[in-house]
This record gives sequence, C-alpha cells and structure tokens, in this order.
Amino acid sequence: MEFKAPAETNLFDTAKIVGKSTPRIDGPLKTTGTAPYAYERHDVVANQAYGYVLGSAIAKGRITSMDVSEALAAPGVITVVTSPDSDIPGISSMNNARLFGGSEIAHYHQAIACVVAETFEQARSAAALIRTKYDREQGRFDFPALAPGAPLAKGRGGKPDEASLGDFDGAFAASAVKLDATYTTPDESHAMMEPHATIAAWEGDQLTLWTSNQMIAWGKKSMGEALGIDPENIRLDSPYIGGGFGGKLFIRADVLVAALAAKAAKRPVKVALQRPLMANNTTHRHATIQRIRIGAQTDGKITAIAHENWSGNINGEDGENGTLQTPVLYAGANRKTANYIATLDLPEGNAMRAPGEAPGHMALEVAMDELAEKLGIDPIELRIRNEPTSVPSKPEKRFSDRNLVRCLREGSQRFGWSDRQAEPGKVRDGQWLVGMGVAAGYRAAPTMKSAARVRLDGSGKVIVETDMTDIGTGSYTIIAQTAAETMGVSLDRVVVTLGDSRFPASSGSGGQWGAASSTAGVYAACVNLRRAIGEKMGFNGDDAVFADGRIRTGNQVVDLADAGSLSADGEITFGEFKRGYDVGTYAAHFAEVAVNAYTGEARIRRMLAVCDAGRILNPLSARSQVIGAMVMAAGAALMEELAVDKRFGLFINHDLAGYEVPVHADITRQDVVFLDTLDPIISPMKAKGVGELGICGPGAAIANAIYNATGVRVRDYPITLDKYFEKLPTIA
Amino acid sequence: MNGKGELAVSRRGVIVGGTSAVALASLPASGQERAQAQPSASMPPAAMPVAFEVNGAPVELTLDTRTTLLDALREHLKLTGTKKGCDHGQCGACTVIVNGQRINSCLSLAVQHQGDTVKTIEGLGTPANLHPMQAAFIKHDGYQCGYCTPGQICSAVAVLDEIKAGVPSHAQDDITAKPRVTSDELRERMSGNICRCGAYSNIAEAILETAGAKA
Amino acid sequence: MKSFTYERAKTPAEAAGSVAKASGAKFLAGGTNLLDLMKLEIETPTHLVDVQDIGLDTIEKTKDGGLRIGALVTNTALASDQRIRRDYGVLSRAIVAGASGQLRNKATTAGNLLQRTRCPYFYDTNMACNKRQPGSGCAAIQGYSRQLGVIGTSDSCIATYPGDMAIALRVLDATIATVKPDGATRTIAMADFHRLPGDTPQFDTVLERGELITHVDLPRPIGGQHVYRKVRDRASYAFALVSVAAVIQPDGKVRAAFGGMAPKPWRVEAGEAGLHEDPAAAMETIFSGARPTEDNAFKIPLAQRALASAVAQTRS
Repeated sequence: MEFKAPAETNLFDTAKIVGKSTPRIDGPLKTTGTAPYAYERHDVVANQAYGYVLGSAIAKGRITSMDVSEALAAPGVITVVTSPDSDIPGISSMNNARLFGGSEIAHYHQAIACVVAETFEQARSAAALIRTKYDREQGRFDFPALAPGAPLAKGRGGKPDEASLGDFDGAFAASAVKLDATYTTPDESHAMMEPHATIAAWEGDQLTLWTSNQMIAWGKKSMGEALGIDPENIRLDSPYIGGGFGGKLFIRADVLVAALAAKAAKRPVKVALQRPLMANNTTHRHATIQRIRIGAQTDGKITAIAHENWSGNINGEDGENGTLQTPVLYAGANRKTANYIATLDLPEGNAMRAPGEAPGHMALEVAMDELAEKLGIDPIELRIRNEPTSVPSKPEKRFSDRNLVRCLREGSQRFGWSDRQAEPGKVRDGQWLVGMGVAAGYRAAPTMKSAARVRLDGSGKVIVETDMTDIGTGSYTIIAQTAAETMGVSLDRVVVTLGDSRFPASSGSGGQWGAASSTAGVYAACVNLRRAIGEKMGFNGDDAVFADGRIRTGNQVVDLADAGSLSADGEITFGEFKRGYDVGTYAAHFAEVAVNAYTGEARIRRMLAVCDAGRILNPLSARSQVIGAMVMAAGAALMEELAVDKRFGLFINHDLAGYEVPVHADITRQDVVFLDTLDPIISPMKAKGVGELGICGPGAAIANAIYNATGVRVRDYPITLDKYFEKLPTIA
Repeated sequence: MNGKGELAVSRRGVIVGGTSAVALASLPASGQERAQAQPSASMPPAAMPVAFEVNGAPVELTLDTRTTLLDALREHLKLTGTKKGCDHGQCGACTVIVNGQRINSCLSLAVQHQGDTVKTIEGLGTPANLHPMQAAFIKHDGYQCGYCTPGQICSAVAVLDEIKAGVPSHAQDDITAKPRVTSDELRERMSGNICRCGAYSNIAEAILETAGAKA
Repeated sequence: MKSFTYERAKTPAEAAGSVAKASGAKFLAGGTNLLDLMKLEIETPTHLVDVQDIGLDTIEKTKDGGLRIGALVTNTALASDQRIRRDYGVLSRAIVAGASGQLRNKATTAGNLLQRTRCPYFYDTNMACNKRQPGSGCAAIQGYSRQLGVIGTSDSCIATYPGDMAIALRVLDATIATVKPDGATRTIAMADFHRLPGDTPQFDTVLERGELITHVDLPRPIGGQHVYRKVRDRASYAFALVSVAAVIQPDGKVRAAFGGMAPKPWRVEAGEAGLHEDPAAAMETIFSGARPTEDNAFKIPLAQRALASAVAQTRS
C-alpha cells in the first residue's frame, strides 16, 4: 500500500479500539517475569556455553601481544576468541568504529577477547588471566579544546552542514535586543536496564542470534557485513528488549563476539556485556557546544537567529547536531545554522533518544527564556509571537499540522503559569527557592516503510507477524489494536509476534517512527487479508464491514472463523507528496523546581507536558512514553554526565553508581495532556510518535525553572549544585 | 607522541607536568600484572552443596562457591524472572525477597542462603493468577521495557511490609514516628530500583492503589 | 572473581581463627561491598569465612546507660530500633540516608564500617591506584576527582570513606570492640578506626589481620537535636558529595562530623566549640590543611552550607 495522498476519513476515525487507553497485552508476561529477554532463553537451543568479553585497557594504540595460555588452561574454559586473531570486517556500515577484529585499538574498553567457558563464573575469572601488551598512542580526548578547529560536518549529499536564509549578520547587528550565549551538554549514556546480550548458535552456515536489538532488518544486514557472510544465512530474534533508547539500534560487540565464539566453541554461546563495560564499549550521546544568537525587535519578533553546534566523534562523522529543531521552531527572516564536528579518540558517539534535538532544546529553549527576560516579555508570549505560518527556514514548505500555540496556552492554564513570578528568586518555601520554567518542543515525525503478515488461524483468531520491535514503547499493544480494529475482532482475539527476522521487515524502533509506521504496515497487511478473505468467500473485501468477529457484506453476514486459514502480507510505503510538508510533533513542557538556598540541591516538584502528535493510538502507553522521556530529560538537566578523563581517554564513571540517572525519589508529579489532533499527512492512522518528543524540552524547562527560582543561570549541563550554590542568595 | 611498551609506574601520585604525555607514561600496565600477582588463578573452582526454598519448593544445588543467588536462580534454576541489570547492586533489577526481606540477589552468594526462604517474581503470581501488585502495575502502566519490572514489583511488595513493620526511611521528618504509606515514602523507599524507561510516577500510583491508600 | 573456598564459622573466636589461619582469607558478612569488589577482582580472597551464624545480632543496653550494637545487626535493624531512633536519631537518619532498602537489609554494622572507597580509579583495574595496587600510582589526583577527598588525603591517595553510618557514629563518640585471633579483645575509638592514607593507602582501617569487629558501643545518650544532612546530586541512592552528622544542644552548642570529605569521618573537636557562634571561623579550623583539587574545592564551602542548613532545619 502506497500512502500517496493525505488520509481521508477512514475506519480509524470511528475507531472502537484504536485510540482507547489499553493496558499492554504483554503486561501479564512482563509483570510476572515470564517475558523472555535475550540472555535468558534457555529453551531455544541446548548446550549453551558462557562468553565473557574483555575490554581494552587503553584508549588508543595497538595490541602488540596477547597471551591467552593461562586463560585457556583455566578450569572450564572451552575457547578464547581474540581480536588480533580475528580477520572479520568487524564493522557494519552503520557503526562508527570497528566492533571486533584486528590489533588496532580505537577506544577504551573496545572488545579485544571473548572467553568461552562452561559457566559464567569460569568465563569471567579466565578473562582476567589474559595478558595483553599494548603500544599506546596519544589520542584526541579533549573535545572542548579541539572544537574551535573542527570542520563543518558533512550534511546531505556530502555538502557542508550549514544553511542560511536572508542576512543573519546584518539583521542581528541591527536588532534592538540581542542574545548571544553558549551552552554545553555532556556525553550521556543510554544506560538501558538490560545490558546488550546475545545467544548465538550455528547450524552449518546458518546463524541464529537471539539478541536485544531495536532494528531487526538493519541488524541482519549489519551482521552479514561485520562477519563477511550472506545476511540471508542469519536470523535475528528479539521479542523482548530491555530498553534501547538508540543504544540498540545497531549491532554491538555482544552479538558479534557471540557469533565468533559460538563458531570457535562449536556450540551455542551466550554473552552479555558487563555493566562496567557498557559506557565505553557501546555508544553514547555526544557532548555538544552550542552558540545561539537571537536578535529581536522590542515587540519580541525575532529578526535574526543563528544556531551553531559543535560535537565530536571517533570517525569525524555522525555527530550530535543540536541545531535540528531551530530551522522549524520559530519565525525569523534571517537565519543561519551550522554544524561542526571534531575527530576524537573517545568511544563511538551515536544515536540516543532524539539525537540532536534533545540537547538542542536544552540550548535553544534556554536561549528563548533568556531573550524573554531581556525583552521583558513572558516566555510563553514570546514563543507565541514568533509562531511561524510555514517552515521558517523554507517558507515554501507547509506544516502538515502544527498546534504549538494551543499546547502552550493549554499548558499555561493547566500548570498555573499565571502564578509564576517573572522576577527570579522571589518565591520561598522554608529553605527552598521555588521557580517555574517553560519550554517548547519540536521533534520531526518521520515514517519508514513497514511490512507485516496477518493470518487467520481458522478459529477466528488474528495473528500478526512482523519484525517490528517493542523496546518498551508499547508496539505489541498498538499493533494488536490496529489489527483488531481493521479485522473487526476484539483485542483478545489478536496474537502479536514480533522481533523475528523471518517475519516481514518493519520500520523497526527508532527516531520516533515506529508507532506511526509499523501500525500503518499492519493496517496495509490487514487490508490485503480482507481482500483475500473476500476473494475466497466471493465478495469485495474493501466494501465489507468487519465487526464483532463477523463480516457483513450486502445482506450477508458470516463469521470471520468461516474464512478458515488465510494469510496476507502487506507493506506501507510513503509517497513523494509528503516532501511538501514538514511533519512534526509539538509540545509545551513545564516544570516547577525547588532549589535549596543553602546547598543548591535542585528537586523537581512537578512537570507537565502538553503534546500535539496527531491521533494517540494508545493514550495509556503513549503517556508512559512521554513521562519516561521527561524523566530522562530530568536526568540530562540535573545529573547525567559521562565524565571524560582527558589524559587516558575514557568515560571514568562507567557504572550505574558513577553515572547517576534519576531514581524514584527524583520524580514526583508528572502530568501529560494530548491534544485531540489528527495529522492526515503522516499515515492512514493520522498518528505520530511521542517517544522522542517527550525529551525535547523538559530539560530546558527545568533549567529555566532553576533560573526562575534562583536568579542564577547555568549554561553548562548537567546543572549540578557545584556550578552555582555559592551564588545563591544568603539566608538570614 | 607514543608512550610505548611497558609503562613506568610512580609510587606517588601520577605527577602531571603539564602535558598529558607525561601522565600517559605513568599508567600501569593492565591485566597481566594483576594476574601474575594471584597464584590461585587456575585453582579448580570450589563447589559446595546448598539447599534452600524457592517459591515454596525446596531446591538442592551443588554450586561453584562464586555463584551468586541471582545466577543460581537464573542460570541453574532457570527462574529468569529475576533480572541482571548491573550485577553490582546499583540498579535493583535483581531484587528478591529472602526470609521476608528484599535484597539484591546479585550481591549475595548462593551458599550464604543455606536454609533460607527465597521468593521471586515467579512466586508472587502468574499471568493467569496475578498478584494484586502485578495487576496494579498493568493497570497503571508501571513499566515499559519490562526489564526492571520484576525487581520493582518484588521491592514494592516488600516495601509495604516494611512500612507496616515500622522500618523508618529518609522521607520521614520525624524519625521516631511510625511511617505511613504516602507518595513521598514510596518514592524514597523504591529508589533502589532504577527504571530507565522512567515509569516512576506510574509505579508509585500502582503501589498506592495496592496499599489501598490515597495519593 | 577468583575461586575461593567457603566456610561458616560458629563463634567469633572461630571466625577470627579461621581468617588468621588461611592466607588470603576474609570475613564475609552482608557481602554487599565485598562481592561487588570480588567481581572486579579488586578483592581476591581465596577463602571466605561467613560470619552469619556467630550471633552478634542484637542491640543491648550497657551498664553505663549506652547501647552495645552487635557487629551483625543489619543496617535496617539498627535504623529501626526504637532506642536508636529516640536517643541516637542522627545514627538512624544517617543509615536511612545511605544505599537502598535492599542493601540496608543485607549490610551489617561492621561491614558498613569496612566499606571501601568509591573512587572511580579504584574501581577501574586498568587505572593506577595505590589503594588497590600499592605502588602503582594514583590516577585520581590529576583525574576526575569531583567526588574525592579534600582533607586527610596524601600524595598517594585522595579517596574518601564513602559511608554514612560511620559519620554519625563518629559524632556520637562510638567505640568499636574487636576480637583478635588469639582471643584478645580491644576497643578502638571511632576517631582512630579509619586510617589516613599516608604512604600506605591500601590499609583503610587499623584492624589487624584476622581481627574481627564484634560490637559497636554507643555511650549514654547526649540529648540535643539530631540531624543528618546529606547533599548529593540525585535525591536518593547516591553517595554523598558532602554530608554532616550534627547534634545541636538547646544552648546552641554543636557537634558535627562530615562525610564525603576525607578518608574517614571528619570531625575536629577543637573546631566545634566555635560552631554555634562563628561558624565560618570554626569551619576554617575544622578544614585547615585541606588540599582540595580543582574539581572538588566546592566541597568546603558546601560543607559549611550543609551544616547551616542542618542547623536551620532544627530551628524550623
């Protein structure tokens, strides 16, 4: 099914199941511990051995020798696979650094060996017996020092990643009110709760990988590239994924060494990356430096806006582009964005939840707050005054559906924004200074082609099979809702099976495209199945009404079960017409934060997000996506930072005690409101994702609330107390 | 700028003379030195019998002494509902209830639990017969990816017992007072269970409902 | 984790004897720190003597009006004890400010005192660390040291003692009772229990090999208002940047010990006298000789503000 024109009225506009709050169909498994995650699939293959990964002790250089004799002689050890002895490509086109193979060390904790033993305890202790000698090289570890000399990143078609419209310099110089500020965001870790893990088994040249991966089709292709084998000989299976946030978009060392180790051991091998290895071995969100200049008239109208961004990566590519939202969010005739990237020898940076926009909003939306104060205009009002009518950077491009102003107004009312004191430092509650902050949010709503198979099993049950993944996003349930709605059955008559590369290839989970794309793909397959049923039973499937487990056509009513066993594949593809539109999601984020006047401890009191994302397929799980993203944004604002040791080139706080993420006590009341909007440009479902929208803005709202509470502006994230407590007003 | 080969080690602090190259030269070599310092490296692993009760059923195992309670459950008894998130007591995914008290099963050797009574998520309820806390987590969507969820639920069940028993918490203004089931209490007490998906506020609501309390 | 043998001792003397006998032996109580470190091969005992069956798990009144806390009383049990909550509130508060409910259920009084540093360079075995591998150097001194010590440190080591309970024990003038393998017992003041690193940072405490903590003794209650003010980045389940255990008397006199600052609970009695009249000057005395790094210099003014916050808390 090609989606080649805006969606018209369709069955989802009168839906009984889609759009209704629905407890997750995988809930009973997840809450009873019976949902199987990658490392724990004892039942899929017999005789599993344990692999344990050894990471490089240096950040840059090469291995000169590796002595594995003692490890091999250790009790229970079956084999040891080492990087210098592996001549596989060891990298896919989607990785920024080689995962395994060869003697070169490109970053700290790069996988250099995998010990396979009968037990986990044996493999772990034998890994410590490997003796490795290195030639160390000096590396490029100091991003702030290297950033000023960094070149422009490569943008679309290899062209330098910069854009401009009008005359920024002239307009900025002439503007009545100017803001010129620089913000920094640190390297961050996905820190998903389930470590990267894989069970690998070979049967001849056929490789099966029970793994934890967000993008099954990419993973299959990438494993073919990394191993140098035909991807058609590879099967991936990831029915349950214990969190990804972008950290499991691409294959990682666990799956590659598990495959190599299983080959060498001649038996299935399971590998999980140990937590202290994850921060440096896998990917992270890159640190950024962002300079924002905004010029405005005294009435608040922006006349000039520039956003420059610096980040760094191991291959000098694929950085963290904080400017992504800036061409879209606010009006202004004269504009400029530029994205620079330094080459570093730190571990590989790659996508983490809303790559680019998440840190981008932490800069832009604080800049807007600063501008509002300079202008003496309420920050919500300032945003409303700069609401564009078409895409500001490409005025010929329309918005598919944009309701940011409604989000801001509704949020303002619900949050009690009118109680906010514009002058900072004015609200006290005992030892605490209390402030409110707001930020707007924009995240693009891309779609990807997505396929599924839908079957009838003869009993009226509908079975959906697609390689789509559920990384906590609620895919199982929205897919079941879509199939139930389209096939006219109740939810309990739908069985959803996900994550297996033997199923039709879906959009996968990433970039906030999963919900919109995969449900549309399931809809396409259901439409094909309805036609196939019609053909079999002698009616036009498109005209029949599928409801309550029955099919009504003309005067005829038959049971769905009467159609017997049938199967249909379907795929949604997206047409060219979409290019005329910017399809995005919008939010207004609010936060109230209390700051201890003595110590500077910042504690969030409440948060609100008002979201505009088209039809919300399952308000219950969509709300969870948003509150979860707000929690991650709170972490980014207040505590999360991979600390770089610039001498040795590593993230030194590489465990969950050193890298602090929010805990229960950090998160109090969170409210989410979804506007009742529909976006006919996105897909037949008129629904857009929210999983990344939720992290675009709350961090800035928190930062702005801290400023409102204290009168101290911190532009370097995370906003930890050491950066400002000495500037807090003294208490009598 | 290569700091080659074996690296000199200073007994005192790494003295950096203004350039990072100097610092590099003072790094210790890795791995091998530690290995050499440990004569017991290839000693055969010590195995021991251990017997305890899991979810009401007696189990007897002979285990490498190094086996944690967590790995005994997951790898030997195939009770994989209990999760390994960090293996270092930093996340709470491995929470189980031993002799009525919640602990991190990753930081406990199986052999320490001779004669103990262990309850895991599998012992609380099944998909067909959910524990009220499990049902409340489903109703309030108190999870997303599901990986921390069994630990959250075991912790939540134990937390309500702890409050009942009067165990104090950091959330109390008056440490001598009897604690009550409030949002603040629950959030503080549940803080040893990290949820990176950020389901915290839903989890708090699920626990409050199970406790029969109002927010 | 290196392989080890395991036994359960029946009495304190038997446990001490077993550890003294086998080279590479260690006591195992809750295990929450020891097992963590064994997995990383920072600790590599060859024999573990599990002390869970040796008793020492009660809290008894002493004849001078204090309390005698068994070494194996769990953190939860100690914090929950009504006498502790009423008469030694700072101790109960310090315990519940630390770790998580799960860890406190397992961690013991003695084990908590022996908790090792959380310095990230101690935890990464590829890094130089004189505490982990004597003579290897200290990668922390010029490294990421935001969490690390500002006073009592040396050119060999800037690690902190990371716990909370001990800070309260220090302000309460607790003492530690031990038994040695030969059966001899001794009493160690909290002030003397943790060592400063000097040239031998590998030794965290003054305990000798095979010496087993049997009790922690609290002197009779001192009254006053008890506060434990812990300052950290996130609201719970985190180590302190700075913490203060304080007891404030009705006349305004303050006792205060500080955590997160030093290799031991930091208390300077000579400086305390002035805390209620001229806190700035008193704090200068208490932290005189501090040698912070650029990363952690903030801890000294923060400690003063944390104490001020604690005092203010008792007034409200």
